[in-house]
Amino acid sequence: MKLAFLKKIRVILSLIFFFSILFLFIDFRGLIPTEYFKPVLYLQFIPSLINTLGGLAIAAGGFVIVIILTLLFGRVYCSTICPLGTLQDIFSNTYRRFKKKKYYRQLKSYKWIRYSLFALVIIIFFSGSLIGIYLLDPFSNFGRIISAFAKPVLVSFNNYASFSLQKIDIYFLYPVEMKGTSLIAITFPFIVLITVLVMSVKTGRLFCNTVCPVGTLLGLISKISLLQIDISEDKCKGCSLCERTCKAGCIDRKNKTVDFSRCVGCYNCLTVCPSGGIEFKSCFTKKNKNNGINLDKREFIKKVSIYFLTLKGISLAQVKIIPKKESTVPIYKDYPVSPPGSKSIKHFTSRCTACHLCISACPSQVLQPSFLEYGFTGMLQPLMQYKDAYCNFDCTICSEVCPTGAIESILQEKKKLTQLGKAKFIKENCIVYTENTACGACSEHCPTKAVRMISYNPQNTIADKSLTIPEVKEEYCVGCGACEHACPVKPYKAIYVEGNPVHLLAKKPEEEKIEKKIDYQEDFPF
Amino acid sequence: MKRRDFISKSVQAGLLAGSTLAFGKDFLFEKTFAQENYDLVAVKGGEPAAMFDKAIASLGGMKNFVRKGQTVVVKPNIGWDVSPDRAGNTNPQLVKRIIEHCFDAGAKSVYAFDHTCDDWTRCYSNSEIEKAVKDAGGKIVGGNSESYYQEVSFKGGKKIQDAKVHELILQSDVFINVPILKHHSSSGLTISMKNLMGIVWDRGYWHRNNLHQCIADFPLYRKPDLNIVDAYQILKRNGPRGVSDADVVTLKSQLISTDIVAADAAAAKLFGKEPDTIPYIKIADEMKIGKMDLSKLKINRVIM
Repeated sequence: MKLAFLKKIRVILSLIFFFSILFLFIDFRGLIPTEYFKPVLYLQFIPSLINTLGGLAIAAGGFVIVIILTLLFGRVYCSTICPLGTLQDIFSNTYRRFKKKKYYRQLKSYKWIRYSLFALVIIIFFSGSLIGIYLLDPFSNFGRIISAFAKPVLVSFNNYASFSLQKIDIYFLYPVEMKGTSLIAITFPFIVLITVLVMSVKTGRLFCNTVCPVGTLLGLISKISLLQIDISEDKCKGCSLCERTCKAGCIDRKNKTVDFSRCVGCYNCLTVCPSGGIEFKSCFTKKNKNNGINLDKREFIKKVSIYFLTLKGISLAQVKIIPKKESTVPIYKDYPVSPPGSKSIKHFTSRCTACHLCISACPSQVLQPSFLEYGFTGMLQPLMQYKDAYCNFDCTICSEVCPTGAIESILQEKKKLTQLGKAKFIKENCIVYTENTACGACSEHCPTKAVRMISYNPQNTIADKSLTIPEVKEEYCVGCGACEHACPVKPYKAIYVEGNPVHLLAKKPEEEKIEKKIDYQEDFPF
Repeated sequence: MKRRDFISKSVQAGLLAGSTLAFGKDFLFEKTFAQENYDLVAVKGGEPAAMFDKAIASLGGMKNFVRKGQTVVVKPNIGWDVSPDRAGNTNPQLVKRIIEHCFDAGAKSVYAFDHTCDDWTRCYSNSEIEKAVKDAGGKIVGGNSESYYQEVSFKGGKKIQDAKVHELILQSDVFINVPILKHHSSSGLTISMKNLMGIVWDRGYWHRNNLHQCIADFPLYRKPDLNIVDAYQILKRNGPRGVSDADVVTLKSQLISTDIVAADAAAAKLFGKEPDTIPYIKIADEMKIGKMDLSKLKINRVIM
């Protein structure tokens, strides 16, 4: 019973990690300073791994610490640091609180599923796509679930509360409009949420021991952990409490063995054992068990590689925005716009795990989950959705919060000269051309005046001599999408941003000072 | 926290009221006895707050517009995420002073909002208007949620006769319009009438349906009780957002008028444009919304 305190430490740590990460994803008012994001997420395995593989700062190597921890104590990551792990514990504990059957049962190891899924992820990764990793990564899945479901619920509560308070003249809260929540963007997180919910309620941590690639990798590492949980032959009285409390289902009471590669380090067994029969043993002294991995799956691997090589070809296909109504000139975009700091679509899609933290943090909500704009292998990775909003000129928040380095930190001054795409003007759709009445919403919103208004009076036929029409000077355009968002024409905009596959440098707007001496004592001009 | 704010603000308000008593009425309301019925007051050469003190005094003080216990909505231009020196938004010092005058006149509460173009939380804070409003004891309210906007309709408009308008405009007793004078790429200039687009939800509709006519039509719904044109620093080009501070000219001027067309006509002159070259001013004059011909108006010109 001496070791029971370990569970308490585990619970406290897991709640600290869980809630601090949760707050980052639900902070719709932007109350948490962006400096806190990266430290809080430092130990998240996949983001940190990708960040380091991307060649960014050794400081990004939080995953090394996780590996060291695993080498020492086993998969403590899964029960403390991983927010999806804690979420599963919350689900299963809540369920068991209201159910008669409070016990877990011993589970098969499902080795075949576990290692083939893991192998698949690795193969997809080496064929050049992150999709396997990010669809299964626990952190990114947690992020997507929270952004897609918890945040909207919180925002709805906030909106309800803010309207109630405004009735009594209190304006401390304000309503927030959620933009662009598309069905596609929530379908995948919904499937994962249901899977995680059902699996955790029925089988504890089976998800972590079959689906999760981090769980599998750390499981492999934990086979050589220094300190491993084991059942003492002498002290164990065979009461089976440990087996029934093990949410990983990795304790075999009959044979008095623990499959440590599946142990998530929750230490619940230490707490329940009445006779102190669960103890730590060094990997060297532990009973030798037959844990051979069957890696003879060459045929399978070969097939999978071929399949995904083909997919890579598909992902390069252009994506059309299909017009809904026939009225003016439809828009075809060759490339989507990736966020500032992401350098190029390739750089971005090869590092983004679609955790949607940038989507949560983006104050203008211009960042939205993609569908097929980046191709099949880029599904759910965020893009700049100018239908809903546009990128705030002075804002660099997405680059400050990204945990994987897909969006690299970018200074405000540099961001203001980074060309994400170029504005394209379709005169035939423009109000000025079709109606001969003034507009200029695009130019109004343009922060660099790459879109400017020039005199418009074809053949001197228009009575309004002040009429002007937009003109785009692409070299000054930063591709922020303000023009596209502001353009009032329906259904197709008269101006849109064509993404740059590789971000370019925009020309700095000219700043010629207006020479004007003003005599403040001079009479008024009227 | 709120309670502490409240106490500190009460103390501030008390001090202000006390000093007003101590220094006499002229401290805030200069020469109220000499007032005439001006159509427009133009002030030049001072700081925004000081110019407003002069201007409102020559219209008989804020008490002519705000009575005890009334609610007031102040509508500055907070459209852009830029700092005050970029002249993209109304001067915060001016907004603060206006709200102080409202409270001195006995206003029960004073609200300020704008339907911004850039992300509204950033506009509110970087424009420093949020702080100015709070410092003066007013309430700053969001304008970027459709739920705030109520359907209204009105007669006489040629292009628009209905719109969704911010509920504060519907609820408040007094409506004070505080635009900043700026170059504007859609409408030529943005002043008082154009500033009213910020109390409407669907601006795209205006852009699609003859912008100038819509701007001229809309005051038929509700004319502001007072228009205060901030021309302390103006955007001479690249408006309404401006590209850099090189676009800014310091005019140190201010115009106030109950006639929204006259205020815009005088502001156009200050900018260096003839009012009749701005279509919406000309249309509004023809629709008799106000008077564009400044020679027919009684103007008080004050140079500080």
